Amino acid sequence: MNIKTFEELLQAIDEIHESSLKKEGVETEIYAFIQIREAEFLEISVAEFRSRVLNILNTMKEAVSNGLNSNELSKSGLSGENTGIVKNALEEMECGYLQKATNGNEFNIKEGRFSTLSSVQKKLMLYTFSIIEENARMGKIAACPTAGSCGIVPGVLYALSEELNLDNEKLINALITAGTIGEIVSYKMALAGAVAGCQAECGVGAAMAAGAACYIMGGSNEQILNAAALSLKNILGLTCDPVAGLVEVPCVKRNIFMGMHALTAAELSLFGVKSKIPIDDIVDAMKETGDLMSNRLKESSEAGLAKTKSGIFIESMLKERFRQA
Amino acid sequence: MNKNKTLLDIIGPSMIGPSSSHTAGACRIGLMAGRIFGCNIEKVEFTLYNSFAKTGFGHGTELALLGGVMGFYPDNPLIKNAINIAKDKKIDFKFTHKEDVNIHPNGVDIEFGAENKKVSVSGSSLGAGEICINKINGYKFDLRGDYVTLVLIYKDAPGVVYRVANLIQNQNVNIASMHCDRNAKGQVASMGIALDNEVSEYTMQKLSEINDMYFIRKLEKIA
Repeated sequence: MNIKTFEELLQAIDEIHESSLKKEGVETEIYAFIQIREAEFLEISVAEFRSRVLNILNTMKEAVSNGLNSNELSKSGLSGENTGIVKNALEEMECGYLQKATNGNEFNIKEGRFSTLSSVQKKLMLYTFSIIEENARMGKIAACPTAGSCGIVPGVLYALSEELNLDNEKLINALITAGTIGEIVSYKMALAGAVAGCQAECGVGAAMAAGAACYIMGGSNEQILNAAALSLKNILGLTCDPVAGLVEVPCVKRNIFMGMHALTAAELSLFGVKSKIPIDDIVDAMKETGDLMSNRLKESSEAGLAKTKSGIFIESMLKERFRQA
Repeated sequence: MNKNKTLLDIIGPSMIGPSSSHTAGACRIGLMAGRIFGCNIEKVEFTLYNSFAKTGFGHGTELALLGGVMGFYPDNPLIKNAINIAKDKKIDFKFTHKEDVNIHPNGVDIEFGAENKKVSVSGSSLGAGEICINKINGYKFDLRGDYVTLVLIYKDAPGVVYRVANLIQNQNVNIASMHCDRNAKGQVASMGIALDNEVSEYTMQKLSEINDMYFIRKLEKIA
């Protein structure tokens, strides 16, 4: 793709000549424009390009369902139990649950507690955990944009998909929209924690998810990119300081927070809240922030959470265990 | 950044977790190394360096390397069972861990075969699943797995590069890039050639007939 900035993207869509894309009074959607460019670049048909996107969607879907049905811990034992914890808690909230009465063998129905979460948010938490924990236990996932951030986009997509009964075509469109955002960012900087910290991994994942969610909820191209801008702007500076160098602490739970963050951005954008700084400038700021960030906070596990008292303790405990294995 | 990257590389690829550098990248290095060896594996020794050594267990780096040399792609769920599968195949494998500041943080040496027929491959995982094979049998290479690639090790002599290029040209295949090196004048030289298309078995045969061609492989792209 020869479009290197978001401004160029909107401009190129504005100047479209293909009659198949141009409809009177209707804005050409980002995915519709980009899928043609990508297919041309790969020298394949648009249908073939979409079927490759569908393959990735299917990997994501399998990861959700595999993750939902597993409580296996990761090799380090640092993650793998949270999907089950959330699943049980949600079931209890939804239906109330049986609890042993203190004064005998009677069972009472306990009412579910009050929750601030919408049905989509609950699903998002559950599905995101199921994917990112599946990643931690060496399950199959789609790196979107990286393995450590692989739960964010599909968590948002499948939560919305289930709630709104979306078909594969709509999900493919949404995933292409997300991919467009990630790809344009990747022209300016590598999407790697070692290069720019977690802002370039989970941060970009959230911006991609924000754009996809905004698309699904009917946002215009401008609103989609504004959602990505709002999302990215509010995670600038995020470091990559994983405990013991593993893609688990804080990566696993961060995926859930970033998914919720993406929904906030999509909603604000649809309300009409506009980022004062456009997305291209925010990407520049992210790159500069990444350059200024100490290497000790960029995936090297030499500072931050990795070198807290408890981080060091976990690391030495794991070292001992791995030595024995 | 890889100029061949597309949107599909941003929303994917499908892979076995948890890390694109320590799992998928390790698997790709193993896959390339296994193809460079090109024979049935009886014995293989891995030396993991630095971050690969320190965090490899938690990332399944050893499983991915071992799965890779057995021909598993990074999205093959069998990677998780690589140890048992290798044992079933009666492969004699060994892992060693080392620290060496002169080697890439995610570096690995892989040595195949028995005493009389050894092939050694060194590689590093560059991040985001991208890899580089730096050395084969001690000779410098720069193989990324993103093109069909010819690997040649031969006696350094005038005209070899011309003859190799000529044979490839005869088949009307375009050379995307070429990397040559040697240990000393008139001794052993190495060549890595990235191609835009496949070369035929006939061309491979002709290439192997060049005088003092010690080692020749055609590697399919793995990206």
